Amino acid sequence: MADLEKFRAETRAWLEQNCPAEMRKPMTSDGDTFWGGRNTKFSSDAQRVWFERMRDKGWTVPHWPKEYGGGGLDGEEAKIVRQEMAAIGARQPLTSFGISMLGPALLKYGTEEQKKEHLPKITAGLIRWCQGYSEPNAGSDLASLQTRAVGDGDDYIINGQKIWTSYANYADWIFCLVRTDPAAKKHDGISFILFDMTSKGVSTKPILLISGYSPFCETFFDNVRVPKSHVVGTVNRGWDVAKYLLQHERAMISGMGERGVGRPLGQIAADSVGADAQGKLDDAQLRSQIANFEVDEAALAAAAERAVDLAKAGQSHPAFSSAMKYYGTELNKRRYEILMSAGGIDALEWESDRSRGGARPRAWLRTKANSIEGGTSEVMLGIVAKRILDLPGA
Amino acid sequence: MALVLTEEQSMLRDSARGLISDKAPVAHLRSLRDSKDTTGFSRELWKTFAEMGFSGLLVPDTFGGSGLGCVEAGIVMEEIGRTLMPSPFLATSVLAASALSRGGSEAQKAQHLPKIADGSLLAALAIDEGAKHRPLQTELQATRSGNGFKLSGDKAFVVDGHTADLLIVAARTAGSAGDKNGLTLFLVDPKAKGLAVERTAMVDSHNAARIVFDNVEVNADSVLGEVDQGFGLLEGVLNIGRGAVASEMVGLSEEVFGRTVTYLKERKQFGKAIGEFQALQHRAAELYIDIEITRAAVLKALQSLDTDIEKAATAVAVAKARAGTTATLAVQEGVQMHGGMGMTDQFDIGFFMKRARVCQELFGDSNFHTDQLASGKGY
Repeated sequence: MADLEKFRAETRAWLEQNCPAEMRKPMTSDGDTFWGGRNTKFSSDAQRVWFERMRDKGWTVPHWPKEYGGGGLDGEEAKIVRQEMAAIGARQPLTSFGISMLGPALLKYGTEEQKKEHLPKITAGLIRWCQGYSEPNAGSDLASLQTRAVGDGDDYIINGQKIWTSYANYADWIFCLVRTDPAAKKHDGISFILFDMTSKGVSTKPILLISGYSPFCETFFDNVRVPKSHVVGTVNRGWDVAKYLLQHERAMISGMGERGVGRPLGQIAADSVGADAQGKLDDAQLRSQIANFEVDEAALAAAAERAVDLAKAGQSHPAFSSAMKYYGTELNKRRYEILMSAGGIDALEWESDRSRGGARPRAWLRTKANSIEGGTSEVMLGIVAKRILDLPGA
Repeated sequence: MALVLTEEQSMLRDSARGLISDKAPVAHLRSLRDSKDTTGFSRELWKTFAEMGFSGLLVPDTFGGSGLGCVEAGIVMEEIGRTLMPSPFLATSVLAASALSRGGSEAQKAQHLPKIADGSLLAALAIDEGAKHRPLQTELQATRSGNGFKLSGDKAFVVDGHTADLLIVAARTAGSAGDKNGLTLFLVDPKAKGLAVERTAMVDSHNAARIVFDNVEVNADSVLGEVDQGFGLLEGVLNIGRGAVASEMVGLSEEVFGRTVTYLKERKQFGKAIGEFQALQHRAAELYIDIEITRAAVLKALQSLDTDIEKAATAVAVAKARAGTTATLAVQEGVQMHGGMGMTDQFDIGFFMKRARVCQELFGDSNFHTDQLASGKGY
């Protein structure tokens, strides 16, 4: 315990000294997130300095082993780093699907060679990954995916189409689900494979969404040649890897509402709807909605903390991330409904500088995907019902 | 601090669960209700509680207790919630023990705490006056009289007030309803002249009391804490009580939920278990998630109370607000999914519904605590 307190004090001092003031302000635009990758640019000097210092300390991913560029911290220490970063409002130095999704799957299922090849490039922000899961006819029923990988000597030849591939147009590599045995039952003929997005035959096409942005792409594979050694885990057992990765993806999505939220909702609302002499919001119904939201938000934060602690204690249920994903995404949608209501007509502007290009309504519309991507709310409830509650049928 | 129980805490939970599920299943409450027992709980079982060290759980070891914290008290309350065991634990071992050990003089502690720990003294906290929990609105007057005070006014919803050997009473010594200053806590003998106790049997087959004070004289030594400055002490004690009741509601919710899921697997209609229907699966899953999130919020509040009670107010408001809505949802879904059987007195589900309603009102309902959170954040 004394050691941990010492570690906390050292962490606090180090962060105080090394986190630039600009990197302690709430994020206001997409450019504030640093994703890494071959073609990446820093949006500011402070962003670069902060990333480099954290990378050199191994704290882009504090809990990964040092040999792969992580910080080698145990769960308790990593929690302290998170808490101390949150205490000063420090931004994440590096955000990537390599950290939140692929990394955990590689650590569990990858060969030593695969880990050594890919993990250090993730922690150092050198390679940006994207996820090739959904297909036009494989959404909630993901296991019905049809992208084919056919053996050809030491390689596979891959043909097919993915959809909703987040930032595929910026990604350097893809982790992808492909069908390697079309004769097997649908869950049994899938493999999990990695390849370079600059491979011949890969193309991407951004999809324009209701927010006016295009965070997702259609991704096409036309005779893409990939070495068989790029399969992670056992051939035809890719569904195990896919499911394990989904647990991490769902945990990540459930926490999406918590980053860089900036000013408290009550204050944001007071600015536009007004308050009485005691500071009480003029709109009693809105005040009540915000307060109810904040009760649930605080409770979810406790549950997220507990989920990590339970996992560390070996007491967590593997499907619990589905529970968190369901609640976290529904809550984030509520947050943005409140923000839109609080903003009133000011939150309806779509293009002006005053509205930062309609940042709020666009973000509001973006949240509607939260309860769809990574498994719909209905799929999450089904997983909880069957895997945790053990209810019969289907 | 990790948001999970330690090994010692898990052992405490197991021993509390063993005792309570064995000696006081829901049938215990049912039989007390059916026999119209005027005490409303088993004194014999309370002795066992004392022997096991539960009654003095929050009493410092220097006064014969176990010197444990709010997390441990919450663990016992959660087990009480699972079987709805009527027990002096909340009023005596949580509220009164906290008030005395946090605000009492050495003499007051020495006089009362060892008796709480050995189970020989029952106490009750008298706060509420109106239909809703509004401690700041306390109006019961304590006016100076000679060397002491005279108390006049009414109290209601005094949990276990009908059996208490000692009352802890919130009174106004200065200011007016709504003021933080001017509140004082008094230790009052329920047998004092001018004091009338009316036992009020409640919807949940537990007991509370209405108490009328008509110029009840108390001496200066009966002040608990400081004159006019009692609000801080009271708020701390109430927050401990809120955390404890929130724990009871977590236990209650989880028990109702467990019984309901079992029923979904057993009950057959249209030729299959009703738990196969997606409409019910999703409702059950939502309730499970709601309970798990509330459980985390409640444990967070209990740990905050043990770490720094002055900074625990927000976590406690979140916990009590969440526990109230979760328990309300759990019992309603419980009855609905049990169908007509859920409406029968023969099934236990109704007992949980009634107790959840009482726990909602105890020390502030969800609306009260949600409003507290908003006010605390300045909007």
